[in-house]
This record gives sequence, structure tokens and C-alpha cells, in this order.
Amino acid sequence: MSDWRYRLSEHRGTLLALAFFILMFAIYASNHPAGFTANVVQTAANKGALLALVAMAQTFVVLTAGIDLSVGMVFVLTNCLASWIVVGSPAMAGLGVVGVLLTGLLCGAINGAIVIYGRLQPIVTTIATGAVYFGIALALRPVPGGDVNSDLADAFTGRVLGVIPASLVALAAVVVVIWLPYRRSVIGRAAYAVGSSELAAYMSGVPVQAAKFFAYVMSGLIASMGGLFLTFITASGEASAANGGSYTLFSIAAVVLGGVSLFGGSGSAIGAIFGALMFRTIGDLMFVFDFDPLWQPLFQGVVLLAAVCLGSVRLFQIRNRLDLFE
Amino acid sequence: MEPAAIPLFRMEGVSKRYGGVKALEKADLTVEAGKIHAILGENGAGKSTLIKVMSGVVEPNEGRMLLDGREVKFAAPAAANQAGIVCIFQELSLIPDLSVADNISISNPPKRFGLIDRRAQRRIAEEALAKAGAEDLHPLTPVKDLPLSRRQMVEIAKALARNPRVLILDEATSALTAADVAKVFAVLKRLRAEGLALLYISHRMHEIAELADQCTVFRNGRNVASYRAGEKSDNEVVELMIGREYSHVFPAKPPLAPSDRPPMLEVRNLSWSDRLKDISLGVRAGEVVGLGGLDGQGQRELLLALFGVLRGVSGEILVDGAPASVSSPSAAKARKIGMALIPEDRKTEGLMLPMSVGVNLSFAALDRISSRGVIDRARERQLIDEMIELLAIRTDGVDIPVGSLSGGNQQKVVIAKWLMVKPRIILLNDPTRGIDVGTKAEIYQLLRKLAATGAAIVFYSTDYDELIGCCDRVLVLYDGAVKRVLVGDEITERALISSALNISTPGEGADMASAMSA
Amino acid sequence: MTINGGALWRKVDPAVATAFGCIILLLFLGSLYSSSFLSPEYLLQQLKVASFLGVIATGMMMVILLGQIDLSVPWVVAVGGMMSTAATGWGPTGEALAIPFGVLCGVALGLANGFGVAYLRIPSMIITLAVNAVAQGLMVVHTGGFSPQDASSAAMRVLATGHTLFGLPNALLVWAAVGGATVFLLSRTTFGRAIYGIGNRERAAYLSGVRTQRVVLFTFAIAGGLSAFGGILLAGYASKAAQAMGDAYLLPSIAAVVLGGASILGGRGSYIGTVAGVILITLLQSILSVIQMEEAGRQIIYGVVIIAMLLLYGRERRAR
Repeated sequence: MSDWRYRLSEHRGTLLALAFFILMFAIYASNHPAGFTANVVQTAANKGALLALVAMAQTFVVLTAGIDLSVGMVFVLTNCLASWIVVGSPAMAGLGVVGVLLTGLLCGAINGAIVIYGRLQPIVTTIATGAVYFGIALALRPVPGGDVNSDLADAFTGRVLGVIPASLVALAAVVVVIWLPYRRSVIGRAAYAVGSSELAAYMSGVPVQAAKFFAYVMSGLIASMGGLFLTFITASGEASAANGGSYTLFSIAAVVLGGVSLFGGSGSAIGAIFGALMFRTIGDLMFVFDFDPLWQPLFQGVVLLAAVCLGSVRLFQIRNRLDLFE
Repeated sequence: MEPAAIPLFRMEGVSKRYGGVKALEKADLTVEAGKIHAILGENGAGKSTLIKVMSGVVEPNEGRMLLDGREVKFAAPAAANQAGIVCIFQELSLIPDLSVADNISISNPPKRFGLIDRRAQRRIAEEALAKAGAEDLHPLTPVKDLPLSRRQMVEIAKALARNPRVLILDEATSALTAADVAKVFAVLKRLRAEGLALLYISHRMHEIAELADQCTVFRNGRNVASYRAGEKSDNEVVELMIGREYSHVFPAKPPLAPSDRPPMLEVRNLSWSDRLKDISLGVRAGEVVGLGGLDGQGQRELLLALFGVLRGVSGEILVDGAPASVSSPSAAKARKIGMALIPEDRKTEGLMLPMSVGVNLSFAALDRISSRGVIDRARERQLIDEMIELLAIRTDGVDIPVGSLSGGNQQKVVIAKWLMVKPRIILLNDPTRGIDVGTKAEIYQLLRKLAATGAAIVFYSTDYDELIGCCDRVLVLYDGAVKRVLVGDEITERALISSALNISTPGEGADMASAMSA
Repeated sequence: MTINGGALWRKVDPAVATAFGCIILLLFLGSLYSSSFLSPEYLLQQLKVASFLGVIATGMMMVILLGQIDLSVPWVVAVGGMMSTAATGWGPTGEALAIPFGVLCGVALGLANGFGVAYLRIPSMIITLAVNAVAQGLMVVHTGGFSPQDASSAAMRVLATGHTLFGLPNALLVWAAVGGATVFLLSRTTFGRAIYGIGNRERAAYLSGVRTQRVVLFTFAIAGGLSAFGGILLAGYASKAAQAMGDAYLLPSIAAVVLGGASILGGRGSYIGTVAGVILITLLQSILSVIQMEEAGRQIIYGVVIIAMLLLYGRERRAR
């Protein structure tokens, strides 16, 4: 078998997600009343980028066979924080951006520290820390409000070269600067190893704890990028529990749709991005086809259900039932 | 005789305890460069703890280790690897979702600009695979797509890529096909010539006879004998391993009374995937039939197929003359069929370790002691007490977690659990692995007693002595088919080995008639 | 003698003891703020409010014992509330059957969860999420996007707000009945044993001849029914259902089970622990609102308390 066959097989989940997304977006754009214009793409991209960033954050943790249920709350917290500090002169705003990103990093580090050094299970830990992060967000913004440096906001939500949405460029930049190097790095591969088989990873001398900790830190960082971007879009901060909860749950859905295994060890953040974009496009598709908005949530739910059930089709090839149990 | 050079590696007075169990007790070991040193011992003798200590997986409670005459301590496997001590485990250290190349360079990958250099990694993998004799493996294959024997070769390549000074092989050939075993032996002999020190853990006498220069026997966590290969006879070695004459360990095998009844268990043309090929056999009530052959020839799959665990099994199974549809373990357990399976790994398949001894004991028989779903607690307690007494299970009461029992007693709990459902057919998957000698003897006696009460017993074991000592007939499997059937006095170690390795001698061959019945 | 890690009692499990200790501590701290904290009226009121969470947490506990999780609680609770109030509006037969109908809707959703987990081997986290989304979609269609207007039946209101036996709130009696049935199920039936076995080691349970897939299916069905029943009680309490009425119950129900000493990995846990966890969380939330702590502070304290308690007794063993 030649090399490219192996590479293809390795990235199967991501490629499928990409294919589905292109298909769905093509249907969307061709049926949009305004057609396939830059404006249409820009609006879709801005909304999609939000979930894509949160899904990317979730991917880091899921790869290590963990889960981060605080990701939506970090998203909300950094949004509220940004609406306070990413304001004023360019220098001030720049510092504000750094502050927001550092906060995300800190949130991730706290999650990581409790899970790894406190030896608590990720699911309960991140539920609890999520509540704490939300509380802080609420303290920052009891009512929606605030502002953001408009130059920065316009730059990130506008268009580059007149056609390409800046949000996609930014997303691509995050992938190129953060994800691709991570994947090829020792610690990134260690994360895959840990998710695939923590015992084997330990026996092989892989830095298990460092890999997990780093994954949580990265999750917090990327989630804060999402929060920052939300501030750019809405120019305000809002501490909405419903929003935070939705983003957390949708990030899990996006990750699964993007071909990342919830058991850890396989998948890619790029797939998660397409999974997120797919998920968003479902809503947009329904708008375009004049679906009664009343039926949208149901449709979204059914699509999600069908997608996860399809993933288990390979079950029918299992010949030894013991393989069903770990 | 040459003046003794400083040995490459020495272990002095090393002890390791797990709770109250002493896995290693003041163990000593001397390993020399350019030699293959075999470690023998029963399961539970301390061999695996020995290697875990040597390779940094666990820390000893006392004693010291010397490398090149200097004391060393290993905080983690990585440290041991750095020092040149590399261990080849049985498949435990490969990452399933990563490729062969990734796995080979998992702990010390080549880097370029801080990131993993994939091309260099690929080259390292190709070299290591060639060194291990597995050039045909593509480096980008995900390990999870490889069968067990190929994974073992990757494990070996991975160890060789680290340029070890001391190479430890822990039953490394157990999953290999005969051809692969030959390749590995060639590799090991070449490494020996290159000056490596090799530690070879196995209980297969014929392998040790071929490879070893030096042998050490462990028993109950201690080094009881160290000698040059060939200095002791097989019998002497076995006695060192078990600590007493072994001829008394097995109960007598009474001849089977002739009967008109159909076999209790009959299998016709059983096939499954590519692992079981057209197997036919018959086991009469009161008979103990053994499954022999090298590991991985389909013995486990056969037992699983009989017990209803496998899907897509073709062929017929008949119980007490009537066709039986065994679709799942719960169907196999049902009174109509009455099968029991003592599974391979008691810790993950036979017991729920954190749960109490009592709950584990009654777990399979719950539907027999309950009416409409409600458990009859008094009857449960009664049965539990009966079983503990019948099997002489040593435990501090029924409420303690079964995980705190010794290996032998844990296995007794597994067996007792199944005896509670009064099975007619008992399947055992390597039941005495990792168990102390005393309990093994008790289990052999128990099997014979059960056979005497009319059960049909099918017994897979990797231990030739067990097959010789316990079984009325042995079916040797090779590549999923019954290669040869040995009856009564025909069951000898030599016959078992030669048929396991698929070496046929004139006049032998699978005799269908003797496969079906004695 | 207790044969197993008994469903009701576990020889003074340190987790349960800590939980009850914290309850006493909270009551003590509260009484420092105001002496009415220790009054029977207040305590009974707390127990009544706790009953709603208690019923829902019971279902969650069973699922967690299996080693799974049920994230469909928010909208199954809403389905229970909305479907039972809807049935009430369908004439006298509808009103009489409102409660069973609501519960059955929950059971149906639970069966979907259980089927996905047991037969399709989909991780429970994701299938329950998907079922939650579908349930939400169904309710949005049902209510037309508006707040549900149907009123609860008289029976629902009596169950949730009435007082009968010795002046004890009915809701508490309902919880006690549900709890009693659960304890019986878990400790005295083969089904209950199977749950603990599967949560401990599904492989071994399967090889012991237990029909593990059925057990998982029915457990999720029961959990769905209990979540819906919780929604019915809530609708009875408020006299009608409300959009997103179940959202506030997901995380507390998981936290209550875990704080009560159950392992999130499955196979370990006793019902009394869950009871302690439920009361603890209810008290905590109540005290925080009485001292008029802002929502922000409440959330922070809520999270910190859970982490602190888990660090006390919820840690896994060391690797080496």
C-alpha cells in the first residue's frame, strides 16, 4: 500500500466532515436568496467561527480521553472580560487581548491541575469549575453591556482582500500556528497516545501528565479566543448561562460530527472545525429552505441523532462480542 | 576460566510487596553481556515483578540494582530506557491508534525545529523493523489494524530501536507463529554475538534449551537456583520451579466407563472467521478433554464460540444429543444447555474486583435463587457458605472485596461461581495461569471430581504438564484446525510439542474418530 | 448481614459521612445568620424542594452506577411537565391519565437513550445529548415557541404541594416512596445486582451470563421515567410547565450523586449518599439565596464546594 492510502485512512473522519460540510454549504449558498456573495459567506463564517473555536478547544481535551464541560463558560467569561478590557487606545486594547487570552489559559490550567494533580474525574471537575467561571462572568457583567475597540472588531469580523471573511483567515491562522505544530510536536503526539491507551503510554515513557495538563491549558486558551471573537461580533459582554451551556454541548456534538472519537486517541481539530461549521449550517439550511423556524430545533436534533447513530454502523462488523466491552 | 569481569547488571536483595503479598523477596540476579540468560518459574513466582523492577515500571521496597558496577535507581520506565535497559512486553506498550513508525519512536522521536521529523522517524522505523526481521510491515500502518503476532514484532523492533544494552523479553514469543519464532530466535542470537545482555523469561523448556546460556529459577519471589544451561535435567528444573516432586500433583485418571449415551458436548464442522476451520469434536460426560497447541491457534476462540460469545459461527453444536442454539452466554448458562466458562483473565472477565466475595460468588446463579427477580437472601447465603467450604476458599469473610484475595483464591471464586449453576459442560480457558502451586493441585483434584459426577470438561492450557496430567484426551490445534488428537498414554510432552509446531511424523495425523470420542 | 456494598448503607462510607457532616455544618452556619434556619417549617420546606431534585437524581444515580451519564435530563424533565399538563387539557380521561402519560413519555425517551447505549454502543454522553436536542425540538413544536399555557391537573398539584401524612409534604413522601423502591431494586433484586456488576466490569457481567444489554436499556428507561416524573412534580408545584424548566436540574443532579460518594465511573454508590448529596445541594442553594448572595457569588461557591468535597474523598488511586 502506498503512503497516501495510509494518510487518507488516518484522516478519514476529518475528510468526511469536510465533504459533508462542502455539500451542505453548497446547497445553502446556491439556495440563498442573495446567492453566493461575499456578504453571505461572511455572515456565515462569523457565526461559524465561534462554534469552531469552542469545538477546537474541546478537541484538545477529548483527544486525551477527557472532556471539558467548562468550555462554554470560559467562552462566556472571556467574552465578558473582553467587553471591559479590550477597549481604548490600540495599545490598551492590545493589552486587553493579551489579558483575555491569559485568562483563558489560566482557566484551562486550573482545570488541568485539578484533574491531574487532584486526580478527580474530568466530567465532574469541569462541571464545577464551569460554575465558578460562570459566576465570575456574572460578577463582571450582571447585565449585558460593555464595549470593544471598534478597529479590532471590524478587522476580525470584516473581510480580507474584499472577499475572504477575516474570521476564516483568523481560524486558518489558529490552525496553522497552533494546531498543526501541536500535532507534530512531542507533547501533541503524547496527547494522542494518552487518549489511545494511557497504560501503554506510561509503559512507553510518554509524559502522560504533562500531555494532559497541556491539553486543558490549550482548551482554555482557544475557548478564550472564541470569547474574544464573540465580543468582536456583539461589541458587548453577556453572562448567559444558556449560551454557555449550549456552546459546551454543541462543542461535543461538533467534535463527534468532525470524526473525533470521544474515547480519545483519534481525530483532528480540523475535523472538529468542519463539524462545527456543519452544525451551524443545518440551521442556516433550514432558514434558506423556509423551514418553519419552529421545526428547526427538532431538525437539528434529529440530524445530530442520525449522525451519531451512523457512526456506530461499523458495529455490525464486530464478530467477537467481547470486543464491545473494553 | 576467565577472570570474572564486572557483570553488566546485578540485582541484590531486591524485595517488592503489594499489600500483604510478597512478589519478590530478597531477589538476586546477575546478567552478563553477550549471553542469553533465561528466567524460569511458575506463574506467580515473581518473574514479571522482577522485570517491572528492572525496567523502572515499579520501585522496589528494598535492595539495590547495579549497572556496570554502579548503583542505579529508576523513577520511571523512561529512566530505565535511558540507561539502556529495554523490556519487550506482551503487547502492553503499543499505542493502538498510532502508526508503527510513531510507536517505534514514541519515547525519543527525532526532531527538527522542535517538531517531530516524520521522515527521519520513518527511516528509524524501517531500520528497526529490518533488524527485527519484520521488513514487510509498512511503517504507516496503525497498530490497531495489526494482528497480535505482528504487533509483537513491532514491539521487538521498538525495543531494538533504542539500542539497548540489556534486552528483556517477557514471554515475547507467546503470540508468534512458528515462522516468526524462528526469525526472532535468529535476531536474538545475532544480538548476543553483538554483545548485548539478553534476559529471556519463559516457561517453555524447548525454547530455553535452544537459546539460553545461563538459567535462573525463581520460586515464591526468590532466586532458588542459577546454573549454566544444560547442567540440570528438565525434571530437576521443574522440581526447582514447584518446590517438590511433581508427580504427585495430578490426581489419577480413571478409565471412562463405556456408554451408549451420546456425547454431552458435540461439535460438527465449526468455523468462524479465519480463526476456526471446520472443527469437530465430542466430549462425553465424565471426560476431561484438553486443547493444546501454541498460543493463538484458535483455542480461545473455540471456547468463546461454544459459549455463544462469537457472532457468525457456522456449524453445529449439540448438547446431550440435542441441537443447541448458543446465541449468548446467558443462553449457554440456561438449564437447557448448562454450560459454564472459566474465562481467560479472571481480573477483567471473571470477577468484579471491587465487589465482595459473596456477590461475586452468587453472580451467575442469581436467577436460580430468586423468584420474580427478588433474591432469596437466605438461600444465597447458604449457597455461598457451601461453595466456600467445598472449594476451601481462604477469605476473611464474604463481605471483603474479592480483589484482596490471592490469585489462587480468586480463581477458586470464579470456579465456585460457576459451580453454583450446576453446569453439565465446563469450559476452562487457561485456568491456572498465575496461580500458586498449592491451589493448582486443588483445582486439578476438583476437575477430576467434577468429571466423576458426570460433567464434560474442555480445558485449554498453555502448560504441557497440565495437559499431560489432567486430560483423558488432548486435541492439538494449529491454525484453527484440529491437527492431532492424543489419547491417554499418547499425551507426552514430545508429542504435544511436535504437533504444536506442526511437525508431522509419519503415522500421525488428525484422526476424526478419536477427535469425536475416546 | 449485608451481602454486598449495600444499596442503602455502606458501613459508614466516608463520603456519605462527610456529606452529612457538611449538611450539619451548613445548618449550623445558617443558624448563625438566623435562628429560623433550624425551624421545622424551614427544614420541611427544604426537604420539599429537595424532593424534586431527589426524584431526578435517583434516575441519574442508577445511570451513573452503570458507568454512564444522562445528559437528556433538562428536556425530559420538560417533556414530563409539558406532556402531563397537555394531557390535563384533553378532557377528564386526559386529566386522570396525565401523570402516567407524562411518565410514559419520559420512559420512551429513556428507551431511546438505552437503545443507543446498549445496542448501538454509542457513548452515553453523546446519545443523551442528541435525545435531549430532539426532545427540545419536539417541545418547541408542541408549544409553538410560546410558554406552555396548559395547567396541571389537580392530582399533580396535590402531589407536589399538598400535605397529608402527619403534615409532611406530599412531595417528600413521593420522594421517600421512589427512594424506597429504588433501594429495594438495587439491593434485593437480580436487576439491581446486575447494575452494580455492569458498572464494575461489564465484560465480567456479560461473561457471567447476565443480559447486560437489557439491563442497560431498562435502567435508562427508568431514569427517563423518573426525570419526567420530576418534571410532573415541578409542573404541579408551579401549576403549569415552563420553557427550559429542566435546565437547572442537570448539573445539580450529577453533583448530588457524586457528592454522595458514587463513583462517576460506575459500580459504586449507595442511595443514602445520593439523598445526602441532594439535601446538601438544596441547602447550599437555599442558604445562598437567603443570605441574598448574588447569583454570581452563588455559582462560584457552588463550584468551589463541589471541588473541595471531591478533593476530600473523590480522588482516584495513585498510579504507582
